Amino acid sequence: MKTMMKLMVMPALAIALGAPAFAGQKVVLEGSTTVLPIAQRAAEDFMKLHKDADISVRGGGSGVGIASILDGACDIADSSRAIQPEEVAEGKKRGKDIKPFVVAMDGIAPVVHPSNPVKGLTKEQIKNIYTGKFSNWSEVGGPDLKIVVISRDSSSGTFEAFNELVLNKEKVRADAIMQASNQAVGSTVSRTRGAIGYVGLGYLNASIKALSVNGVMPSKATVLNHKYPVSRPLYMYTNGKPAGTAKQFLDFLKSKAGQKIVEAEGFVGLK
Amino acid sequence: MNKRKERIIRYLFTALAFASLVFLVGIVFVLFREALPIFGKVSPKAFLLGKSWYPTSSPPEFGILPLILASLWVTLGALVICVPLGVGSALYLHELAGPRQRALLKPVIEILASVPSIVYGFFGMVILAPFLQDTFNLPIGLCALTTSIILGVMATPTVASIAEDALSYVPRSFREASFAVGADRWQTLTKVIIPAAGSGISTGIILGMSRAIGETMTVLMVAGGSAVIPHSIFDPVRPMTAAIAAEMGEAPVGSDHYHALFAIALMLFLITFAFNIAAELISRRFRLKLGLSR
Repeated sequence: MKTMMKLMVMPALAIALGAPAFAGQKVVLEGSTTVLPIAQRAAEDFMKLHKDADISVRGGGSGVGIASILDGACDIADSSRAIQPEEVAEGKKRGKDIKPFVVAMDGIAPVVHPSNPVKGLTKEQIKNIYTGKFSNWSEVGGPDLKIVVISRDSSSGTFEAFNELVLNKEKVRADAIMQASNQAVGSTVSRTRGAIGYVGLGYLNASIKALSVNGVMPSKATVLNHKYPVSRPLYMYTNGKPAGTAKQFLDFLKSKAGQKIVEAEGFVGLK
Repeated sequence: MNKRKERIIRYLFTALAFASLVFLVGIVFVLFREALPIFGKVSPKAFLLGKSWYPTSSPPEFGILPLILASLWVTLGALVICVPLGVGSALYLHELAGPRQRALLKPVIEILASVPSIVYGFFGMVILAPFLQDTFNLPIGLCALTTSIILGVMATPTVASIAEDALSYVPRSFREASFAVGADRWQTLTKVIIPAAGSGISTGIILGMSRAIGETMTVLMVAGGSAVIPHSIFDPVRPMTAAIAAEMGEAPVGSDHYHALFAIALMLFLITFAFNIAAELISRRFRLKLGLSR
């Protein structure tokens, strides 16, 4: 009974005092499944540091997240794309002032077997390989060898980004090998001479060879200076300037510890 | 007091016995409830016979024929491996092995059945696939053949132990009668023992098939995952279980994709259900043939 009273009185008190940094506030994150693993891990670690914080994270997709923040149904919208002008206008109509925060960069590198002499491809060539127009390495300046196309399962965030940034949403050839994780793509490519695959930058290692895209090698530096074409920022959006737990959470994500989570999940940190 | 206790225990055990029924009914109910909405969007015919599976494209395509064929293809391949291996080891165990060999081989076969499927998958991915890739000079080792071999080995213990049981149920009098009319050992085996145990052996084979078609982790790891209709045993394939396992985690709950995955699960359930009914019918016939009442 006593706790019930406390529960009812304390928010009232907080509102009365106008305390923005009221601990124990509930923060709801919703949106992109690409950002989901970062948000999930960050929320867990954040709640370990702040025992009274209550952060819940939901997926649904970038569009769902942005629609949800315009409805006021969540506090932070996760998105793997920038908010569109129509969405900003819709927000203005509803009295919402949407503020963007870039929390990480997503960079995807095409990879081949180390024995493959091909050093780089253009975005167009990669697209033609994945959609089935090219099926031999000799068509892109390599040896006479069948190309084994390796892709991620179509519901993964990495696939979604690759599909958008390289394939322009065209269909991957039906006989592509589908793998369930970045690691599985890497290990299959490392064992298959004619293979091409793609992995998040965090998953590059010595057993596979990364290709340059349009002449730019994928790396943390080229992703951060926006030279590397197969990359995109990952956003979190808030309504107005974030305050209280939401602000603490975003600050945590941008801190060293937060960016470590970003890298651990296979994305590119901002620093 | 004692009577009451007895009654309570009786109720308890009745409840436990019916629990499986409740689970089964619950699972079937959920399968149908979650699967049927997709048929409002795609006709059952287009769903079952459609040749392209692009669940996340826009517009999406939900044709599961490649997935069904992949499952049947690897299951048939597994049969080619597990029938000779399983039936052969059962015959050897029953007819030729001495007591010491039996004491060694029977437990070994049973241990084979208890190896976790992820271990089989790992073995297939790291050892068998690269080996086949080099041997047959394939573009990639993750294919229907690799999957069939691994599934065949996995199903062997099921086939072997049920077939061995079936052989041991053949009454001694059958064998003695056969020897009495002058048949030799080979004739007795092929003309009397195997036909008498035949339906029991078939039951074992069908249950082995059920095991192969429902296996998930292994096929996810070694089948390659291409959703195309297989044309050769060296093609990468995407069996139904692999598609469900790979995509369910990311499909938004309540979406068409989600319902389509449930519809695949429903198909899989109906196929294994048919297998089990067939096994049951055959084994019933087998008991009658041997003059056993139950």
